[in-house]
This record gives sequence, C-alpha cells and structure tokens, in this order.
Amino acid sequence: MREMTLIQAVNDGLRTALADDSRVILLGEDIGKNGGVFRATEGLCEEFGEDRVVDTPLAEAGIIGASVGLAANGLIPVPEIQFMGFIYSGFEQIVSHVARLRMRSRGRFTVPMVIRVPYGGRIRAPELHSDSTETFFAHTPGLTVVSPSNPYDAKGLLLAAVKSPDPVLFLEPMHIYRAFRQSVPDEAYTVPIGEARVVKEGRHVTVITWGAMVRDVMDAVPKLEAQRGIELEVIDLRTLAPWDEDTVFASVRKTGRAVIVHEAVTNLGLGAELSARIHEHCILDLEAPVARVGGLDVPVPLFQLEDLHAPTYTRIERAIDKVLEF
Amino acid sequence: MQKPSDIAHEMLVRMYRQMSLLREFDRRSVRLQRAGRIGTYPPLEGQEACQVASTLALRAQDFVVPTYRDYGAMMVHGVPMENILMYWNGRSEGCEIPHDVNVFPIAVPIATQLPHAAGLAWAAKLKKEDQVALGFFGDGASSEGDFHEAMNFAGVFKLPVVFFCENNQYAISVPFARQTATETIAQKAAAYGVTGLRVPGWDAVAIYRAVRDAVSRAAEGGGPTLIEALTYRYGPHTTSDDPTKYRPAGEAEAWRERDALHLLSQSLRTFGLWDDELETALAKEIDETIRSAIAIMESLGPVNPLHLFDHVYASLPKYLQRQRDTLLSELSADAIRTSLPKEPSQ
Repeated sequence: MREMTLIQAVNDGLRTALADDSRVILLGEDIGKNGGVFRATEGLCEEFGEDRVVDTPLAEAGIIGASVGLAANGLIPVPEIQFMGFIYSGFEQIVSHVARLRMRSRGRFTVPMVIRVPYGGRIRAPELHSDSTETFFAHTPGLTVVSPSNPYDAKGLLLAAVKSPDPVLFLEPMHIYRAFRQSVPDEAYTVPIGEARVVKEGRHVTVITWGAMVRDVMDAVPKLEAQRGIELEVIDLRTLAPWDEDTVFASVRKTGRAVIVHEAVTNLGLGAELSARIHEHCILDLEAPVARVGGLDVPVPLFQLEDLHAPTYTRIERAIDKVLEF
Repeated sequence: MQKPSDIAHEMLVRMYRQMSLLREFDRRSVRLQRAGRIGTYPPLEGQEACQVASTLALRAQDFVVPTYRDYGAMMVHGVPMENILMYWNGRSEGCEIPHDVNVFPIAVPIATQLPHAAGLAWAAKLKKEDQVALGFFGDGASSEGDFHEAMNFAGVFKLPVVFFCENNQYAISVPFARQTATETIAQKAAAYGVTGLRVPGWDAVAIYRAVRDAVSRAAEGGGPTLIEALTYRYGPHTTSDDPTKYRPAGEAEAWRERDALHLLSQSLRTFGLWDDELETALAKEIDETIRSAIAIMESLGPVNPLHLFDHVYASLPKYLQRQRDTLLSELSADAIRTSLPKEPSQ
C-alpha cells in the first residue's frame, strides 16, 4: 500500500496493466518522453519501451481510428486524449466505429480499448480544456463510460476497463488529480464496472453524483446535515453507462428523495436520464420530484467564471431544500 | 498484352472468372433493387479489376478493409455472397464474417476505415506476425482528414499497409478535379514518406503486380504503399442517384472502350487460356452461384427482432434486457392481432 494522488493511481494502474499483459499498448500525444501533459504516463516509456508507450502524431481521429485496428487485431490499446475538448475530432471514430464494431461484425471483431480523457473544469485551464460532455458518450449504445472519484477507484476501475470486453471511455476528473491522497494497493485489483458505491449511508435524501463532484458533495454534507437535522445518502455512480440501477433505485426507495449533482450542463445531462428513470421506477416511493444540480446551460466559460458554472454549495443546498420542502 | 511470365496461368483465369462473377452479381443486384427485393445498393460495375486483382494478390492472413462499394473484394477474400446480399437487404445476418476470414465490416463514413487499416497493420507489426492490411478508398476519401491521418501514421510507424484508391472519377456527383488540386492522388504519398504509384484500373495484370509487390515490400518491412488505380463506375453512386445529371453524355461509353473485363478476356483468348466453350460454362456456373445466393437470402423468412440487441455489449445491461422483454411482449401481442408468425427463438 502506498499513499497516492488520483493521477499517481492512474499511472500505477497503467504500469500494472503494461506489466501484466503484453497486449496492452498506450498511445497518444506527448505520452512518451514527456510522460503526458498531466504526467499520467510518467516513466512508462522508459520502463516499457517506445513500442508499448507510443508518442503519436497530433491526430485524434488517427489515434482512435488506429486503436480500432490495433484492438481488432489482438492488442489492447489505451489511447490518451489530452482533454475532453479535444476528443471531438475523434468523435466520429468513437461513435461510428468504436461503439459499433462488435455489433456491425456480429461479434467477429471486438475493440476492447480504454480511451483515457481528463475532463471537467476548475483547474484554470484555457478555453475548451474544461468540458464535461460525458452525455455524448453515455448516449452512445455500445460504449461503457466510467469515472473514478478517488485514487483507489482510479486504479481499480482502470484495470477493470483494460480487462473489459467492451470499449471503455475512462473519464479522469482533472480537478481532483492532485487534490488528496489515499492508500492504494501495490498489486493488481479491480473495481467492478457497472457498480455504484454508496459513499455514505443516510435516511432522508439520496444524492447521486460522480467524478470530482463526489468530493464537493461530501464536503457539503456535514453542514447540510447539521443545519437541517437530516442524514444524506451519497452515491458515487462510478460507471456512467450503463449505470447501476439497483443501487440507485434501492437507495431512492429507502430515502424517498433524490438529488443529482453533476458538472456537465444541466440540459440533457446524464442527470436528466437518471431523473427520468427514477421517476419511472420509483414514483410511488418518491416524496418529492427528483432535483438536478448541473452546470449552467452555457459553454464552460474562461476560468474567472468557471467556479460559477459548476454546481456551487448554494445550488446543492437549494436542491436539498427543494426535495425536503416539497 | 504480352503473356505475363510472372503470374501463373491459373491466376489469370481465376481473375477473369471472379471479375465475370462480380459483373453479373452487380447487374443482378441492381435489378433486385429495382424490383424491391433488396434495398439501396452501390453498384461497382467498371471497378471489377480493382477489387479482384488487388485482393487476389493478398495472402489468406492479410486483411481487407473495405468501403461500402468493396463487397467485391470482400467476396474474393472469403465473405459469402449471400451475406453481401443480406447486408444490402437490411438484415443483420449480412454482417456475419466467417471466423477464418480477415475482412473488416463495410465502412460507410468516408475514409474512416483507413486508420483501421493502419491499426490492423500496426498490431501485426508489434506482434511480429506476417500480415498486411489492404485498405480501400475512393477519390472523395482523399479529401477527408482520416485519410491524411492514416497515411501519416502508416508512414511514421512504417506499417505493413497498402492503401488502394479506386479513383472512379466521381464522389457521388462531384468530379475528381473538385477533390484535389494535385494531378494525381498517388503523388500525395510523397508527403507522408509513403511509396506512391498510379496504375491503369482497366488492367487487371498491372493491378495484381502493383499490389503483390506492395504486399511483399510491406511484409519485408519496407513500409506502406499508396496505389491509385484509375477507374470508372459506369452506374450511379447508389441506386438512389441519377448520373446523367452530373456526367457528360458519352463519358461512360468512352470508358467502356477500355473495359477491364473485355481486355482480360481478349488477352486470355490470345494466350490460349480461354474460349467460347469455357465462357458458356462459366456463364452457367455464375448464374447458378448467384441464383443460389439469392435463394438463400430469400429463404430466411422474417427478420429476428431480437437481433436488435445482439452484440451491442458483451453482455446485455439490465435496461436493455428490459427493452428486449418489452419488445417481445409487444411482438406477441401483435402476433395475436395480425396472426404473424411468432418470434422464433422464444
């Protein structure tokens, strides 16, 4: 066990995957000598060689498209896209081919790959570096989308993604890359894909969130609970598609109230789907309509305003009050 | 044409037989579409040599990475004809590729298959396996970003891949001159450190030689090749468009004067490898082959609605299981109302 930040856990997970399975190959821009713009691949090129940790030309469609061929021909590519805002030029490859090749070849070709992408804002990055557009991908049948909220899950989910028979989009919350440390086992382990985690049990309101917002919500919990005399149950979704209905529905049936918190813009964000399905399946257990707290429905602004774009403490607080006072 | 000393006679005959089969298949498919027995279909007549001669130059372990018009190459490399018919008939069974056949599924978005070809070749290189990928594309695809990214990857990583452009002069209605200001597509290879050459698409032997040499160069570590074959599609882009709106009168007829199938037929006869008797026998055999494939396609009965959920994920997520169950119950209700046959597997 070692104390690690989330980005160190990603690095450790990648190292473990490379060491455990010779089919794993990392490719992307600046991931070799430079160790990645966030240092996620630091030291890996030196350790495993330029054929396993490959600096590619600057070409997102090429990186993801070549990964389709690599995966179909027996390797397990782990392409890195530097920022969520840069994935769009590879978007066609993801939605037209990565997500569909299994179905389009009736299982003859599969593309087990893990596309790693830092996402979310609040790191004072330039324009277009802070998008949280997980909905584009969660909306695409055939893709699995995961996002860890802590170092332990980061390594475990990453290793599970590498072993997954389906292509996985692995969303790394940049905001908490280095925010805190946690004990992470040295050996290989997996955190199961498709299972949410109850971060904290409670009786009155279920708060469902993921990625960097898990920490924001957990920071808000003591004050909210103390002021209102309630107990919040907090769920970290971890897998955003296909998401864990059992855990979510069981919790909502227990508490009767749900609030969804995400960084992505509210309009058509994943919260809309969660809310719709909770209403469809748990309506008789609900004491109040499900509330959503998402980013404002505008492009992620330049950094002076980005903290106002993401859900703030006040907005989370209001949503809790709304479901309590309905 | 001189009798080739570097190509076995059997191979020349095989090329001709496959090209003849493809031409007849194509004409029959267009008629099937007109009769409403298959859906929209992209004809390939005129491009038979490009697809047949190039693919016959591959080894069994090599990959064919096709576009929607390269079902000819797919069949030559081992995909059953009835699967191609089923695909254009809108049945997902048509997507089935036999497990020992290295053919990628039809790619519809333009040029997107070229990075896949590079990736397949890259994997072979990393695994030290003797495999080459042959990626097909059209002149229009050379305008897309994916083409350039694939060429660049292939050049940078010296991949065992052959990019084969069937320059058929039109991207739907837009002529070659509107795709690029360069004189040829082959010359673009130079910008990527890739070997580039242009061959006459009406000369099956020239195509065969070009691909054969490119494959052995790739297999020996000599890197990628871009081959541009000048060709022409006599018909429309698909059965949904009308080429008389965008092509000068007489142009297609002019191309027919150097038709690949006729030229090869003449050469084989000159070499003493072909005659009327063989031609009659071949025509009969082709007719039977195509009839039998059509019969298989049309014998399948109603499409299995549960194919909707197959192969989307390795295992079915709960919400999809629920949608599948709902669909099944809707279908049984419909079946009672309309007396349609019930879903077979349930």
